[in-house]
Amino acid sequence: MSANALLLTPLHARHGAAGARLVPFAGWEMPVQYVGVMDEHRAVRDDAGVFDVSHMGQVRSSGPQALEFLQRLTSNDVSAIPVGGAQYGLLCSEDGGVLDDLFTYRIADDIYLTVTNAGNHPQDYARFAEVSEGFDVDVLDAASGTAMLAVQGPNARALLGSLSTDALPERMQAKTISVAGVEVFAAGTGYTGEDGLELLVRNEGALELWDAVVTAGAVPCGLGARDTLRLEACFHLYGNDLNTDRNPIEAGLGWACKEATGFIGSEAIAGFRANGTAQRLVAFSMTGDGIARSGNEVVGGGVVSSGTFSPTLEVGIGMAYLPTEASSVGTEFEIDVRGKQRPAVVRDKPLYRKAAPSV
Amino acid sequence: MSEASYPEDLLYHQEHDWVRFDADGETALFGITWYAQDALGEVVFYDAPEVGVTLVKDESYAEIESVKAVSDVFAPMSGEVVEVNSSISDEPGVINDDPYGEGWLVKVRLTSVEEKEALMDSAAYTEMLG
Repeated sequence: MSANALLLTPLHARHGAAGARLVPFAGWEMPVQYVGVMDEHRAVRDDAGVFDVSHMGQVRSSGPQALEFLQRLTSNDVSAIPVGGAQYGLLCSEDGGVLDDLFTYRIADDIYLTVTNAGNHPQDYARFAEVSEGFDVDVLDAASGTAMLAVQGPNARALLGSLSTDALPERMQAKTISVAGVEVFAAGTGYTGEDGLELLVRNEGALELWDAVVTAGAVPCGLGARDTLRLEACFHLYGNDLNTDRNPIEAGLGWACKEATGFIGSEAIAGFRANGTAQRLVAFSMTGDGIARSGNEVVGGGVVSSGTFSPTLEVGIGMAYLPTEASSVGTEFEIDVRGKQRPAVVRDKPLYRKAAPSV
Repeated sequence: MSEASYPEDLLYHQEHDWVRFDADGETALFGITWYAQDALGEVVFYDAPEVGVTLVKDESYAEIESVKAVSDVFAPMSGEVVEVNSSISDEPGVINDDPYGEGWLVKVRLTSVEEKEALMDSAAYTEMLG
């Protein structure tokens, strides 16, 4: 294998057979779309879709000091995760920059599983290993043996329920269940703003699981729809909305930082929280023509971190770092979109909120 | 979406644009090919030029955006824009559904008709696509 060969998920053959358009992403060859971003997006908003997210990484931390270790390493209060619970947190540098954003699941009293972003996973694991040396904990890189499917949408739960006799985990809960005869670690989490589950499965069971979920009616969805869905829901994308030069406070992730736990970076972040930040991440929508994209500059200061066309709202949307004094909801501003000044307005987050079920 | 096709009554530019000459041979419609719209995906925005703008062969005169990407549209020949397909603003997807018909982009009064010698016919364009 050449050094720059793309990694393939266990489901790669299925994507090719389904006519997916495959693109390089974070070192993997991944489906960006099957039939079209718009249809896939709507399938998740209206029914159920399934994403191959096997490129994401996993690190297993176990041992008597697993809690103390993760408390030091990650930004949230890990002691608040019950067995079978899930929590969002950040991996930060000493100066408070964001190295990655993570989901951590507590599998047992002293066993945790942390899901990392594909592009950050090797560095993340190296950091886990380095910091673990001061604790009585074993860290294991579980990425290569693990596939991951996200089944998302208002009908995702019913669809998976039809394939399992086990009770499904509730929102922000996780447990091992059997789906279509395949053992999976199922979590009530996702990246779409819809209800749904993420299923971690050993590589050997991935094809059988995928086939069962698709046969049951889930629409295969690519990274294109994953991005439009997450941006409508205002979930951060590492590399766009978060990076080592941005701190959690300006990114609007102060809620995921519990400085009292003494995590790496907590002192710097306490300072940002106390003193405020020069910029702040906002959600916006375009008020006229044009679609802002990541990297477009805001007239008068600031930059678009993510931008796309919203299939639900049918306008350009995005997130941008704006000067704090000009970042309140309703503020109108202009974005330099390839040389044209396009008007936009700061909106409430999220840009899309799932309607409450009627009673 | 439409099926792949490259009509024989059009001429083609290597940047995946087509030209359809009017009967007088002095004006023409421009658009993007099936290949171009397929590569872009579902079109959601057409940033059209103004009527009266001068187009220069091989230079960008408009932008077309899909959900994921933005693409320049190149002039296959030089001329002056005399009409813009304004119906695309309301329904950009027509570029995907009917790239050679309802999805035309601009009508142009050609200033250098001999430039057509540098364009490809359907067979040559199809061969270029491989």
